[in-house]
Amino acid sequence: GNWSRLAAKQSLTQDDLLQFDTYGNVSLIHITDIHAQLKPIYFREPEINLGVGDAFGHVPHVTGADFRKLYGIADGSPSAYALTYNDFTAMAQTYGRVGGMDRVSTVINSIRADRPDALLLDGGDTWHGSYTCHHTQGQDVVNVMNALKPDAMTFHWEFTLGSDRVNEIVEGLPFAALGQNIFDAEWDEPAELFKPYKFFERGGVNIAVIGQAFPYMPIANPRWMFPEYSFGIRDENMQAMVDEVRGMGAELVVVLSHNGFDVDKKMAGKVSGIDVILSGHTHDALPEPVLVGDTIIVASGSNGKFISRVDLDVRDGKMMGFQTKLIPIFSDVIAPDPVITKLIDEQRAPYINELTEVIGQTDSLLYRRGNFNGTWDDLICQALIEEREADISMSPGVRWGPSILPGQDITREDIWNVTSMSYGEAYRTEMTGEFIKVILEDVGDNLFNVDPYYQQGGDMVRIGGMGYSIDVFKPQGSRISDMTLLKTGESIDPAKTYQVAGWASVNEGTEGPMIWDVVEDHIRRKGTVHVEPHENVKVTGA
Amino acid sequence: LGAGAAVMAVLPFQVQAAADDAIAEFTGGADVAMGGVELTAPEIAENGNTVPVSVSAPGATAIVIYATGNPTPGVATFNFGPLAASQTASTRIRLAGTQEVVAIAKMADGSFAKASSTVKVTIGGCGG
Amino acid sequence: MASGVKPRVKVPKTAAAGDTITIKTLISHKMESGQRKDKEGNVIPRSIINRFTCEFNGQSVIDVTLEAAISTNPYFEFESTVPEAGEFKFTWYDDDGDVYDTSKKIAIG
Ligand SMILES: [Mn+2]
Ligand SMILES: [Mn+2]
Repeated sequence: GNWSRLAAKQSLTQDDLLQFDTYGNVSLIHITDIHAQLKPIYFREPEINLGVGDAFGHVPHVTGADFRKLYGIADGSPSAYALTYNDFTAMAQTYGRVGGMDRVSTVINSIRADRPDALLLDGGDTWHGSYTCHHTQGQDVVNVMNALKPDAMTFHWEFTLGSDRVNEIVEGLPFAALGQNIFDAEWDEPAELFKPYKFFERGGVNIAVIGQAFPYMPIANPRWMFPEYSFGIRDENMQAMVDEVRGMGAELVVVLSHNGFDVDKKMAGKVSGIDVILSGHTHDALPEPVLVGDTIIVASGSNGKFISRVDLDVRDGKMMGFQTKLIPIFSDVIAPDPVITKLIDEQRAPYINELTEVIGQTDSLLYRRGNFNGTWDDLICQALIEEREADISMSPGVRWGPSILPGQDITREDIWNVTSMSYGEAYRTEMTGEFIKVILEDVGDNLFNVDPYYQQGGDMVRIGGMGYSIDVFKPQGSRISDMTLLKTGESIDPAKTYQVAGWASVNEGTEGPMIWDVVEDHIRRKGTVHVEPHENVKVTGA
Repeated sequence: LGAGAAVMAVLPFQVQAAADDAIAEFTGGADVAMGGVELTAPEIAENGNTVPVSVSAPGATAIVIYATGNPTPGVATFNFGPLAASQTASTRIRLAGTQEVVAIAKMADGSFAKASSTVKVTIGGCGG
Repeated sequence: MASGVKPRVKVPKTAAAGDTITIKTLISHKMESGQRKDKEGNVIPRSIINRFTCEFNGQSVIDVTLEAAISTNPYFEFESTVPEAGEFKFTWYDDDGDVYDTSKKIAIG
């Protein structure tokens, strides 16, 4: 109720959130995977985040009560709300929204007050994920981020704006656009527009920041949108770049990465000489860095919900120590920076009527993040089945998209926050039962392969109208079983053809209405949506 | 997620047999040693239609590449001339699905060497 | 005559005598595999580049036999010794009988 909310807010102050004993001689500020969320939102962390192979049972594959126990976080505390999923609705009512780039600006300004030459590094997935971002082709986010004065960034979803638009923005960026693994696809040479690294002299220390863009761009996203570019992990080239910058006098080597956490862990073990990896893509938020040898890996969450402050003591060309803090951006506690609030509102003004139109209400918590279907995904899958008259529906296992509390209005902006992309066509096609299994096995292996270099950092494709069992520890081809068509209760017949509706196909020329229109029509028709807990995917072996 | 992408994980048995036949034809049935030739290919193809592969075999007169899971396994034969500075070459190849790519080098003394690498071709499509 | 076939090569302009150089070549060609079918279900006949050669002052550097599994716009990268000043000649042979070639001079310096 109101009383508890008041009490919680009184006990949590901006000073508490920002408290940090300045350490060493260098500060890094890391933010990543904003997905164009300029305004405060709710964001529920995952309930299911399974690790396989060496990652089993290790962060970031620890959730809920296990996570709180691991880090000594009290139930019901602000950290429990920020970092775990349990009791989310009640705690969201107590602690309020998170994020907002005007609040992020306040935190950055406060760190810069302690350490004026702190480096601000953006891990990418920045110019993607909202109504205004889509309609301005990323310009709204570019304008706001430029005002925060980052020093460098790397990339993933940005490329789905198409290479012409990416090139246009990058040419005008007032900071470094980095990616040692961004290559010209035609001649297999480093892409001219994206530099592998940049040097900064801060606190008397020579710092090299090396960029690592998302390695699997042409696989996870439509490659026909950026045919000029090739990516890949390229850890041999990463080693060459580390050696090169060390040879040029770098005393601190920072990798600004969009590999995903498990890939970063493996890379840290293969490439020597990296001091800090600022990890993005898999949207993990960790209160402490993970050490691999002498390398520290920092994971800073997503959707504008967190920033990391990393203070380092660098002496005689060596990182002697570190102090870090994952700062949750509690929107009701951290005062917005009015300059940035005004700038954000200017970006939104031309679209404000479309953004704020109420389409319906929800009496269920709507969220996405997790290895399998969240309730937002179930709602999208149900919309596809009903509005497109399909037997089965599929929705991509992306990790972005804020949550909506029970009782909240659903606005058009909310729908776009979980669907916006440059290839949102909702297809309807026939697939055999055998082919549906091939898809589930294929996507399952991109998530649960024991070798992190085969993991692409998405979650499992979300399914509507069909149930199945999955054993995550089995190899590709034998993870999926018990595929059942829910409307009849019958087993899926490999030879039979089913009507399948989905969206976000990576194939060129995909046709159909836009997914946000399909979901809007569905919610408008329902008035108030209600989503039952998902019980159609049975996870075994975990 | 790519709806309708024609990538199948399991390859028919006769395809592997065709590759074995093609290799036997090149070697004349001679023994093939592992080692002495290096094959570099990505773990996962960005695009099954254009997969970068490199081969290297110091002292080889020729290197042949086979895609053992393609309907026709032959890919290319590199014959090195007197001015080749190394017995090294790179090209881009089509793979019909996840499969083993094989390189066989014919050495100057008439012996054969082999290397292989599995390349995963995935439907892909779901990102973070 | 296949249409739109355009060879491109990357060769250093100079080298020291006896140096090793890296050469990259590309030729725009659809490399029709002979395994695809048209809308009526008829097999589209194979039409590929089947051989590529590189010579320096008349001596062979590399001679490649291509099958249908070589990607559209065939790409090759290899290393050559440069014993003296002269000219690299690159030649591509098409299934349809056409031959495409291009040359690049290299100086010693
Ligand atoms: Mn992301
Ligand atoms: Mn990403």
